[in-house]
Amino acid sequence: MLTSARLIYFSSVSNNTHRFVEKLRMPEEETARLPVHTGAETLQATEPYVLVLPTYGANGGRGSVPKQVIKFLNVESNRRLLRGVIGAGNTNFHESYCIAGDIVAAKCNVPHLYRFELMGTPEDVSKVHKGLEEFWKQQSSLSAV
Amino acid sequence: MTTSVEAETSSTLLDHVEAINWNRLPDEKDGEVWNRLVNNFWLPEKVPVSNDVQSWATLTEEEKTLTMRVFTGLTLLDTIQGTVGAVALIPHSLTQHEEAVLTNIAFMESVHAKSYSQIFSTLCSTKEIDDAFRWSRENPHLQRKAQIVMDYYHGSDGQKKRVASTILESFLFYSGFYLPMHWSSRAKLTNTADIIRLIIRDEAVHGYYIGYKYQRALELETPERRQELKDYTFELLFELYDNEVAYTHDLYDGVGLAEDVKKFLHYNANKALMNLGYEAMFPADVTDVNPAILSALSPNADENHDFFSGSGSSYVIGKAVETEDEDWDF
Repeated sequence: MLTSARLIYFSSVSNNTHRFVEKLRMPEEETARLPVHTGAETLQATEPYVLVLPTYGANGGRGSVPKQVIKFLNVESNRRLLRGVIGAGNTNFHESYCIAGDIVAAKCNVPHLYRFELMGTPEDVSKVHKGLEEFWKQQSSLSAV
Repeated sequence: MTTSVEAETSSTLLDHVEAINWNRLPDEKDGEVWNRLVNNFWLPEKVPVSNDVQSWATLTEEEKTLTMRVFTGLTLLDTIQGTVGAVALIPHSLTQHEEAVLTNIAFMESVHAKSYSQIFSTLCSTKEIDDAFRWSRENPHLQRKAQIVMDYYHGSDGQKKRVASTILESFLFYSGFYLPMHWSSRAKLTNTADIIRLIIRDEAVHGYYIGYKYQRALELETPERRQELKDYTFELLFELYDNEVAYTHDLYDGVGLAEDVKKFLHYNANKALMNLGYEAMFPADVTDVNPAILSALSPNADENHDFFSGSGSSYVIGKAVETEDEDWDF
């Protein structure tokens, strides 16, 4: 399925990341959720976007990137249009805190823009809201050069 | 397996059990969390706590006593959670697999409780250990917090048990967890801190899972009942919070750390609420945890690791990260 959303995210049935994205109050067409089930057809981005993905605290960070996100990023055009990642997690996971975001950022050579815990505090929401606005401004001025 | 309505009348044991079929998972979160817990399994005997003997000797008598008291307080909570808390949730399970996950949680809490004894036997004398356990039986704030939680575990309301359990896992431990993180940030008792970090990791999964089940069960409730449970959650949190503040002053005033600990409490109270699906309650200006403590908890939690909130100068793009094939297979 094609999507022109600027914020694409994965959230399991616990819906923590989903709640965070809802709190950003972006227009509906600006956000898209990756399918919860690995078997479902993944999305295909048509515009540059930021990816939000959670880390669930695996031992030593192994297998931290959700399978659904791997499936999505295995589509070459999805990797090409990725501009940044935002990680969700829990500091209780020590070095694995938001490590899925680190892994994707390093592999795709994009910045890890922000980290938040669980469904994010009001402060996280306002920082990301403001940060994304600035980020897209920078991006459009870069592409205009 | 019962619905939340049936749970009101359920006894302390399941009335009926069927053979569990892991090939049919009505809630895939059960399988996911089971695997997570099994993969995270650890035992305290594998951590070389004896390497902390020299470091322990550098603590003052007051600091040693404080540390032992904090650890007996944590032992009590882990004991409650292992032998009563997680077990009390079983009859209220939404799925059979949830019952199985809860037995895993119960066992792991017993491992946590035992790990403090491992630390004690390595670092302290028998008399010191006995004194600390006596203190835990006599301290009014510690006993009160245990009593408040135990009262709910003995009740009949499965949802209220889940709330109490999540608050215990995600909030009540942290007045204690603060201290080993404090020592670790000063390069003291670092092996002990490694054990505590393993416990902290487990508690995060427990709080997340029990909070998730609370939210799933909430979907079956009426709007009035949802409101009742929300009010109850905040009332219980406030009641326990007041007691935690008193407990914190009692323990930490002598070493001048009480205010710092309270920030850590606020920060974790917010996380307990989020695990239950509620918005964070404490504002940012009282949750600004000492960066040294946060860094002992998670080395990449500080703002400099974020592109948005950091100064930018310290941000390095494309930092190499150890990855496994299963993380990535383009």
